[in-house]
Amino acid sequence: MNDKAIEEMNYEEAIQALENIITQLENDNQTLDDSLALYEQGQKIAQRCAALLKNAELRIRTLTETESD
Amino acid sequence: MAQFNLFSDFEAPILSVTQLNFYLRQLMESDDLLQRVWIKGEVSNLSTPRSGHIYFTLKDAEASLQCVIWKSNTARLQQIPREGMAIEARGYISVYERGGNYQLYVDNIRVAGEGELFQEFLALKAKLEAEGLFDAERKLPLPPYPHTIGIVTSATGAAYQDMINTLKNRYPLAQVLLSPAAVQGDKAPPQIIKALQALYALKPDVILIGRGGGSLEDLWCFNNESVVRAIAASPIPIISGVGHETDFTLSDFAADVRAPTPTGAAVLATPHIDEMGEQLVNYFSGLTSLIKQKINQFRQEINELTANLRPLSPLYKVASEMQHLDHLEQRLYQLTAQQAAVQQSRLSAAMQHLNALNPSNILRRGYAILQQPDGQTITTVMQVEVDEAIQAVLHDGRLTLTVNKKNSKIEGDTRNE
Repeated sequence: MNDKAIEEMNYEEAIQALENIITQLENDNQTLDDSLALYEQGQKIAQRCAALLKNAELRIRTLTETESD
Repeated sequence: MAQFNLFSDFEAPILSVTQLNFYLRQLMESDDLLQRVWIKGEVSNLSTPRSGHIYFTLKDAEASLQCVIWKSNTARLQQIPREGMAIEARGYISVYERGGNYQLYVDNIRVAGEGELFQEFLALKAKLEAEGLFDAERKLPLPPYPHTIGIVTSATGAAYQDMINTLKNRYPLAQVLLSPAAVQGDKAPPQIIKALQALYALKPDVILIGRGGGSLEDLWCFNNESVVRAIAASPIPIISGVGHETDFTLSDFAADVRAPTPTGAAVLATPHIDEMGEQLVNYFSGLTSLIKQKINQFRQEINELTANLRPLSPLYKVASEMQHLDHLEQRLYQLTAQQAAVQQSRLSAAMQHLNALNPSNILRRGYAILQQPDGQTITTVMQVEVDEAIQAVLHDGRLTLTVNKKNSKIEGDTRNE
């Protein structure tokens, strides 16, 4: 799994991490402790995703002439 | 000789004007070249009567040709003819029988030079295709959730507004890097290439390139060989959206994905935020049901283990020992009670016996104990003298007696002294 802090994940990283967790939970070879830890992690990541969607605002930057040179 | 001339004149067929024009019309209409041909020239004598048909003359320096566009064809024209315009008109040549003149029946018109451009286009396309520039293996996959989206177009064009509006609605998570460039005219190709290279350096996740609709000439910079090569060489996936649905440019072939319009390019580049939200909700409920399932599974396992463990547990042993103890206790109680009953009956027999031996009971039956005044029991006549006072103990008191006579059993029945 991605070790990057959840608060710093972009949407793609977060949703991939979430998909990863779901795959791991679907796998039967998890201890209860591991499963609970995964679930907790998954919840946090899903909240991160929701926050990213909720607070999204398109940012626009126009490259100046010098940047193009 | 005159007769021969006369005869030879009569040998030639005689046609009416109608027959001649009909003949000529058939002749022309059976000629393949004349059935579908582009004629280039300058528009003059343009006439647009209320019938809706369009009449004009195409001319060049030395000749002229009557042209007509039927009303039914006018709506489909790429280009409306204007007086003095240099055009290429497509159609078939036939005879207008009533007027006795041949003319071009036009079904399409384009600005002069476009035909040559198109030939150039096909030649360049064939060349680049042969080089493998448009090969499917060269195409880069699009990122599912682009973080940074580069745009190459005119900062003032409608295409830019369309793309920005689409991105705002669909996917406001992105950062847009607008790398502005002219998208028509001679300055366009070098500016487009420079704008692309500026973006390559900044490494956005995907690049949208395009412009709104226009004439073939307007879109032509996207068929420029250098532009097409710059797009094909991009290290970043590029989506092209040039003109309208029907417009195809070489940039479209070189891009990783071709969109029909600039708006379409923005759509293809991004997922819709509503769908992302739905997906997230699905994932979230999936996560919750997975953990519930997991917990139930563990709970069931624990229940099974507990059931297996119970006979082995010390508590179970204690309980079982306690039961054993109870059992022993009960037996002990039973034995004790039995024993007690036996003793009880022995005791009461002894009591009865004892009772029977109690002297006072004998006294009740009429016996008395004789005692000397000092309390010594008198068991023989030898112990008393006549006139001696002795005591008789009865069951309810004492009597003091005086002995009147003594008889000894040994000397006969009664011996009086």
